[in-house]
Amino acid sequence: MSLVLEPPIRQEYEYTPAAASPRIAPGPAPILHRVWQQTWLRKALILAVLTIVWEAAARWQHNDLLLPSFLQTASAFIDGIASGELLDRVRISLVVLLQGYAAGVLAAFVLTALAASTRLGRDLLETLTSMFNPLPAIALLPLALLWFGLGKGSLIFVIVHAVLWPLALGAYAGFQSVPETLRMAGRNYGLSGLRLVLHILVPAALPSILSGLKIGWAFAWRTLIAAELVFGTTSGQGGLGWYIFQNRNELYTDKVFAGLAAVILIGLFIENVVFRPLESMTVRRWGMQR
Amino acid sequence: MAFQVVRPAPAVAPLLKAENVSLEYDAVRATHDVSFDVYRGDRFVLLGPSGCGKSSLLKAAGGFIKPVAGRISIDGQQVEGPGPDRIVVFQEFDQLPPWKTVRENVMFPLLMTKRLNRHQAEERARHWIAKVGLAGFENAHPHTLSGGMKQRVAIARALAMQPEVLLMDEPFAALDALTRRNMQEELGRLWEELRFTLLFVTHSIEEALVVGNRILLLSPHPGQVRAELNSHQFGLSSAGSAEFQAATQRIHGLLFGGVDEAPSASEAATARITPVTSNVIPAQAGIQSAGGPAKSDYRLRGNDGAGAGADGVAARADGHGMRADGNVPRVAEKTS
Repeated sequence: MSLVLEPPIRQEYEYTPAAASPRIAPGPAPILHRVWQQTWLRKALILAVLTIVWEAAARWQHNDLLLPSFLQTASAFIDGIASGELLDRVRISLVVLLQGYAAGVLAAFVLTALAASTRLGRDLLETLTSMFNPLPAIALLPLALLWFGLGKGSLIFVIVHAVLWPLALGAYAGFQSVPETLRMAGRNYGLSGLRLVLHILVPAALPSILSGLKIGWAFAWRTLIAAELVFGTTSGQGGLGWYIFQNRNELYTDKVFAGLAAVILIGLFIENVVFRPLESMTVRRWGMQR
Repeated sequence: MAFQVVRPAPAVAPLLKAENVSLEYDAVRATHDVSFDVYRGDRFVLLGPSGCGKSSLLKAAGGFIKPVAGRISIDGQQVEGPGPDRIVVFQEFDQLPPWKTVRENVMFPLLMTKRLNRHQAEERARHWIAKVGLAGFENAHPHTLSGGMKQRVAIARALAMQPEVLLMDEPFAALDALTRRNMQEELGRLWEELRFTLLFVTHSIEEALVVGNRILLLSPHPGQVRAELNSHQFGLSSAGSAEFQAATQRIHGLLFGGVDEAPSASEAATARITPVTSNVIPAQAGIQSAGGPAKSDYRLRGNDGAGAGADGVAARADGHGMRADGNVPRVAEKTS
């Protein structure tokens, strides 16, 4: 027998393709399986489990001052809303937060646009971010108080500092990862400078910019709450941080928890109502992010 | 064969003129002293193995790279930077902004250069999208399209601008073989209809012959002109014909100095073999003898099998077959 494998020579044939058969529709999946596919349901389940653990731990601990139960916190939260006190504090904090955030975003855009179009701007951005990004915003607070006094100015200053550097860094990294071909295509149509930034670089770097905006938002919140904890009321009107601080002093631990819950709820709200839809309208729809 | 006009009438001035162009990247010379003329209506192909600076030359014509010596001019005007009179179709699919639909992509340069208002741009975009066979996909985003469709969008976008010169940088290299063939066919059809001026970069000898009417052969490291050949007689329908095979062999010989191992020509073009310069064939002599070597070459190759694809078989059957095969173009050139 030969050692060389010789495949047999076979008959040739041709077919005419038949008309496409209709898709075989899969039968309805079991109800449990379909329910499990819902992301919100799975997340709600996680929250429910956490709540039960919390409630159980609090009852076992049996010390309201250290760990109020979920139900106590919920009733304190509802009371705070009903009396309007908590809502008022949230409003004060949010106004300052949004002002600082907007100023920070604007400054970051100017800085990165400069960096994207000029070499000196690039050097400036790289130097400034490496200097100031590691500097905690709260560390600047004493200085801010000295410069801007005990008021809104100081708060906005530290929030801008908290937002500006991470956002600028993220956006700049996004600009740098824009494909060279896309840049060349833009330059091919006579785009340069700010027009190239606005029409090509910003949309192409949008995934990085969006994640920078999210990180900036979180940093702004942290800084604001921390700053309010440190110097409390601004011209007689304290925000959410002050609310937490005050209630801790008066040993209303359930209200402290209610204040923290407010921060968490606002975070969830912004993520699900602002950032998530923004992502699905832009980067997800464009296939730039899964 | 009928008398072949090699030089155009002297009254016609070249549209794009490269004069003694040398390009460098960080002191590494990409091309050295390259000159060529592109006339209106030309399908001018820059062909060579990787490292011959053909893409760099195209980018220099696009205004993205400044020559360190020599000049490139369009209609007598020196190229100073990128501009919408020279639209580039790149190889990479990410040349299409992913945030724009097909229609917006085609409209984009029209609006950016303020040539047309929104309404007119929309009108023109519809026309060109239909022209490249993408009617019905106007509102699709690029990531939902196949590679071939994306390149069609890029071509529609370029043609809608009606540039003086259309620059194509290996536009079909990232496509599968079947789609590539389709696209070559369609490019040819579009050219028949519109007669635009095309500067086309490729590393495939077949593609150069099929797409171009004039081929500039470049040798690598650094890129220098090896020859300038005519290929207007070839189209996709003549691919595989005796003359076509002969031209392929001839270009292969010019690029690699004889055929020592004869793989299929497109593979060979990308292989890095330093050209043997001892048997340089003057480009002009080569052009006049275009018909000559074809016949003899084919006859010899015909004995081995049929065309380039059979070379491997010939090599296995008879080790000397290759050598004889490789010598044919050289002998033919010398006698001409």
